[in-house]
Amino acid sequence: MSFEPKIIAFLCNWCSYAGADLAGTSRARCAPNVVPIRLMCSGGLEPTFVLKAFKEGADGVLVCGCNLGDCHYTDGNYKTLRRMALLQKVLEQFGIEEPRVQLQWVCASCAEDFVLAVDKITSEVKALGPFKSQSLAEAQQVGS
Amino acid sequence: MASEERIGVYVCHCGHNIAGVIDVPEVVRHVHGLDNVTVARDYVYMCSSKGHNLIKQDIKQLGINRVVVSACSPRLHEQTFQNVLKEAGLNPYLLQIANIREQCAWLHEPGRLVTEKAKRLVSGAVKRVAHHTPAEGQSVPVFPATLIIGGGIAGIQAALEIANSQHVVYLVEREPSIGGHMAQFDKTFPTLDCSACILTPKMNDVAINPYIRLMTYSEVVDVSGYVGNFTVKVKRKARCVDEDKCISCGICQEKCPWSTASEFDAGLSMRKAIYTPFPQAIPNIPVIDKERCIYFSGGKGKCRACERFCDAKAIDFNQQDLFIDLQVGSIIVATGYDVFDPTVISQYGYGHLPNVFTSLEFERLCSPSGPTGGVLKLADGREPKSVAIIHCVGSRDENYQAYCSRVCCMHALKYSHLFKEKTGGQVYQLYIDMRCAGKAYEEFYKRVQGEKVNFIRGKLAKISGNGTGSDEGETLIITCEDTLLGSLVNIPVDMAILCVALQPRHDTEKVARMLRLGRSQDGFFLERHPKLDPVATMSEGVFVVGCCQSPKDIPDTVAQASAAAARALAMITKGKMDAGAIVASIDENVCSGCKVCNALCPYGAIFFDEASKVSRVNQVLCKGCNVCGASCPSGAISTRNFSATQVMAEIEGVLV
Repeated sequence: MSFEPKIIAFLCNWCSYAGADLAGTSRARCAPNVVPIRLMCSGGLEPTFVLKAFKEGADGVLVCGCNLGDCHYTDGNYKTLRRMALLQKVLEQFGIEEPRVQLQWVCASCAEDFVLAVDKITSEVKALGPFKSQSLAEAQQVGS
Repeated sequence: MASEERIGVYVCHCGHNIAGVIDVPEVVRHVHGLDNVTVARDYVYMCSSKGHNLIKQDIKQLGINRVVVSACSPRLHEQTFQNVLKEAGLNPYLLQIANIREQCAWLHEPGRLVTEKAKRLVSGAVKRVAHHTPAEGQSVPVFPATLIIGGGIAGIQAALEIANSQHVVYLVEREPSIGGHMAQFDKTFPTLDCSACILTPKMNDVAINPYIRLMTYSEVVDVSGYVGNFTVKVKRKARCVDEDKCISCGICQEKCPWSTASEFDAGLSMRKAIYTPFPQAIPNIPVIDKERCIYFSGGKGKCRACERFCDAKAIDFNQQDLFIDLQVGSIIVATGYDVFDPTVISQYGYGHLPNVFTSLEFERLCSPSGPTGGVLKLADGREPKSVAIIHCVGSRDENYQAYCSRVCCMHALKYSHLFKEKTGGQVYQLYIDMRCAGKAYEEFYKRVQGEKVNFIRGKLAKISGNGTGSDEGETLIITCEDTLLGSLVNIPVDMAILCVALQPRHDTEKVARMLRLGRSQDGFFLERHPKLDPVATMSEGVFVVGCCQSPKDIPDTVAQASAAAARALAMITKGKMDAGAIVASIDENVCSGCKVCNALCPYGAIFFDEASKVSRVNQVLCKGCNVCGASCPSGAISTRNFSATQVMAEIEGVLV
């Protein structure tokens, strides 16, 4: 059987979760590997959530928030933007390759952006293969 | 977790919507094996009362104290099921929804992996719900006043509805008068009653209603606060005319030496630098257009003609813009639409061929108070003998607005009738599809068909002059494909009317940001739900009505405005709003007092308590975004229902 990656998508409640719902309502089609977890704001994504996901066996993590300037909480997604840049650097040290963690803005009417982001991360993580980090022990310490 | 969690899991079939794609019995079997699950059931429609009863019975008979409903999106039915828990005596926050419809069954090709995903989603919800704790939403008082932004028919209707219940309304209008686009129309379809005749009485009602605080020539510049208690800053632009002294005699407008194109007449006539937009304006107090007035723009302090002739001494060149703070409980947005500018479609000739008009210009030409007194005239003063009425200019066009503007077919029919009535000439309608859905609309279509109007099914290719050299007296050649005949046709006419698209206001984005509103793909404000809640928005306490939500006709606009008024009144009548329980709290035993969170909070809800050297959250201001939680280096902050423990448990669950 071919490798089917396990990917978690953290979706903000106001734009991205609504956009993902719209993708379903409009019967768009995308890979079933990405499992959504709803947050109130992408800015509320604690960096440890991402580490936790890899510790629990995820092969990739997608983070989605409102378009810049459209955050329901004014500017939470700018905080996401900055944190994700820093987080990528930390993840690198744990041996988590860059394409495994992706950030995509998905507005409430951007069903297509969501579908494209899901298919993109799925195919890229598929190409990388399953996540097996040398530094998983360190990741566990941080994530638990 | 301790073993007292007794979780009930309910997997919905949603008819075939879920069960047709996902192997529901397989999901239920999987759930049976999960920790703390006391009962797992599936049912064809969990949202039906029978479905609700399943949950209620289990809570009472099996002592279920946590509930997972695996069904459609929480955005649709989370509240429904929270109420079910409440009715059965369980705290509503002990519920978790697993969205296996929108984001699972509807999103993927059927197959094994879809059922696997559904199992993950339900496992995540089961793991998570074990960590849910009972919570109570805070109750916030609702300030019994309402702000309405926009004084067109939508804003007027909503204002009157609320004011008639003896509650204060602030009606803020950017232009010098209320009335909006409806005041510019001549007749209204399909009844052909005169627009001014049905609108101006309502405008007068607004002026005399003691509960309406009318602020024209004013703009909302800032909104803060939250549902029930918004603080709104309104900029009252200087009219340079004292409203208390002015007696609306009009002498100032007569004497003002400077003219410019009248916005109200769509540029077809001139108005003065001091002006009221139209004779029935409410309030009937002129304003000085500072950009046109010689006193302000030319030689400083020159002219003053208006001041000299004003017996009432109402002219005040020193008047300054005022900023006023209002306190309101809810906000109704009724900002209307802009019309599409057809100059960008240069082959249609608008702007360089003199007898090509937009729909709004034609309304003014037909109006007895318009630039020609309601007489149809060409640029050279002749009466037109023929007209082409072009549908879908800028609408239903992928290059401009992809959507249908909804009102154009009907007003095109109205123009046919008016043109026939006024001139008896030839009318050609160039349509793509006739869309006459509405009460008595089809009947009106039939009536106009009987008036010997030529209907040509085809989209306009171009409008050209007949090459006589001078534009004056020129005949227009309408070129289009008649798709029913399958041939190219060239029609000579005297006049062409472009039925232009209704599009979002140019500053919609600014307003959306100020009020934290979403926008749909077409650029209009996004409603909370396209079918079941087309008036509310995702910003609690903010409602959208009329064409700022989507193009619509007057009856629909009025209905929507009344609906929003009812919603605002419901809040006022109840007197309080249940604010969500999803708020942050800080564990002061863990807080190190570093203040990182203080500055990050977009609502200023976190403050530092100097006495105990820890940060604290004002839970009425908090909206639960968890930006603070994500930033806290000590992990001292947790947002209820989205705590790290709960999200971590969900992560564990979905990855099992």
